[in-house]
Amino acid sequence: MAAPILELKNVTKIYGSNVIFKNISFSVKEGDAIVIIGPSGTGKSTLLRCINLLTPLTSGEVYLDGHEVNVKGKNEDEVRQHIGMVFQNFLLFNHLTALDNVVLGLTKVKGMKQEQAIEKGRHELKRVGLADRAEHYPGQLSGGQQQRVAIARALAMDPRVMLFDEPTSALDPELIGEVLSVMESLARENMTMLVVTHEMGFAREVADRIIFMEKGSIVEEGSPDQLFRHAKSERTREFLGKIGDLYGKKEGAKKKK
Amino acid sequence: MLKGTILTLELTAVGIGMGLILGLAAALARVYGGKWARWISIGYIELFRGTPILVQLFLVYYGLPGIGITLDRLTSAFLALGLNSGAYQAEYLRGAFLAVGEEQMMAGRAVGMSRWKTIRYVILPQALRLAIPSWANEPVALLKSTAVAFLIAVPDLMTKAKAIAVQTYDPIGAYLAAAVLYLVMVFLLDQFLKWVERTTRIPGLEIEGKKA
Amino acid sequence: MLIFLQYVVQGAGVTIAVTLVALPLGFILGILLALLYLYAGRFVSGITAVFGTAMRGVPPIVLLFILYFAMSGAVNLTPFWAGSLSLGIISSAYQMEIFRGAILAVGSGQMMAARAVGMSRWRAIRYVILPQALRLAIPPWSNEAAIVLKDSSLVYALGVAEILRRAQLLAASTQQPFLAYGAAALIYFILVFSVNRFLDWLQKRMQIPGLHLSV
Repeated sequence: MAAPILELKNVTKIYGSNVIFKNISFSVKEGDAIVIIGPSGTGKSTLLRCINLLTPLTSGEVYLDGHEVNVKGKNEDEVRQHIGMVFQNFLLFNHLTALDNVVLGLTKVKGMKQEQAIEKGRHELKRVGLADRAEHYPGQLSGGQQQRVAIARALAMDPRVMLFDEPTSALDPELIGEVLSVMESLARENMTMLVVTHEMGFAREVADRIIFMEKGSIVEEGSPDQLFRHAKSERTREFLGKIGDLYGKKEGAKKKK
Repeated sequence: MLKGTILTLELTAVGIGMGLILGLAAALARVYGGKWARWISIGYIELFRGTPILVQLFLVYYGLPGIGITLDRLTSAFLALGLNSGAYQAEYLRGAFLAVGEEQMMAGRAVGMSRWKTIRYVILPQALRLAIPSWANEPVALLKSTAVAFLIAVPDLMTKAKAIAVQTYDPIGAYLAAAVLYLVMVFLLDQFLKWVERTTRIPGLEIEGKKA
Repeated sequence: MLIFLQYVVQGAGVTIAVTLVALPLGFILGILLALLYLYAGRFVSGITAVFGTAMRGVPPIVLLFILYFAMSGAVNLTPFWAGSLSLGIISSAYQMEIFRGAILAVGSGQMMAARAVGMSRWRAIRYVILPQALRLAIPPWSNEAAIVLKDSSLVYALGVAEILRRAQLLAASTQQPFLAYGAAALIYFILVFSVNRFLDWLQKRMQIPGLHLSV
């Protein structure tokens, strides 16, 4: 059995007197698409930021490809080259074109030559469907387009695992679809990904496994089928029920059309 | 040195007062005046903001006698500082008038008030309060500007410091002492202005301003 | 008459020279201090804060004298250099505030995004934060540039033969003080005006398409 690409063992984050999350453990195999759901403010975003070491953990271990990364003395910048992150508010580099946004990491971090980097950059932009917007600045792009460039930027570094932190929460409803379909095709291409989102449709269709977190702990985890149809915990059923009602109505409406 | 400090404060106070009157007049002229009023005020503002205070001071004290107007040191200092401050205050006030906006003027006229009445009872009360955060830059700036007056031998703090420097052969010590006194004055003035700002704030109404 | 006017105009050269020494010095020191204040440890940060507050709370002419006498004690400098360098140091305190504000306006999100791609802090500052911050800083910096140009007149007190000193000599020899000082004011005005126009043009050219941030 191959070692999991990402493994978390008893990770805990306490900030002041607040317990953000406690004793979280799970593993992510190669090609897995894991979706984390749960009420807002349960530490899901913080968890992602601890995985790529932007925020320090209070205790616990994080293993990337079997190597522990959450240790003192480990070069964090190096680790982050292998973990891709997509933020809720895109955070594109405002002063650079879409292409330059993707290329910057390649030239300044990986030390690639300019022509090589540009070629790869164009390839990634094509992958997210924005080859024709390469020379545009973030201020000239729609939210959905900006987020797709952000995905391309993360992909360009050829990460082992991609982290998505509520990638569509800041988007207008009509722009959500284009980002979700990029994420869906990535999952189909067998990209290992960890997604925090409220998009239940995406979770149901695309996830290999869903983790339901609340108040800093994992309440339940399992396949979409398990959680949506036969959830073990009352709380899980309650949460999905509420969201499901909302989504169910949307689905019903769609079918009528 | 203490007597010098008092004069420094006097220079600042008179400068601010004069500057406020001039600045208000210039700002009103520039935003609401007719063609002539506007051009004169723009000329005044650009001239006194675009040249150094020291040059203005010399122009008043040494230059005016050339065309028949002779003023003593103190009056020259008051005049130059007042004119200088007025130009900067005009810009802060102008910003406030513009921020209050066309709409308030429209509302006032719609109720039947004349232009001047609207300015007096609707625009000014709001503009003056809005201006305070950015305007507060000026008293401190003026306090620091007064130091150049020593070059025409006005007996302010700086002049006293120079005298001590010459007497004691310790220029660094003397000027450092003066520096400390200025720092204290600036600090106190700043605290006072912050207090004024806090107490006059209109809840919910603020310009996006930047403090120097 | 014209010859004398030419004499005063030569002073403009000196004035510009003083500004060209002081402003870049203030720029380099200012950015350095801003970066130290924002990114270095608490102790260093505290020292830069104290430096900034002290330098900005005292009239430039007082600081000029202190620095001039302090420098003259240690090194043999001409008044021109002592004055220009001092003005540069004074300006750095104001520029530090400008760059500090600009860097903060860029936002912590940009730093996060840069680090997420694997950039070190220094690389992130160099390739992501500073390029944006410097553009944002142009309007308040133009203000400071004009101020340094005007404050250069203070080196008059050190005996440097810039515009004002020359105007004074001209006034004495021609007995036409109003014209002499008026000419000085006019020349300063033209200089300040030109600098402002140039920096306005620069700002328009450097604008990032689609971005509407301000400090």
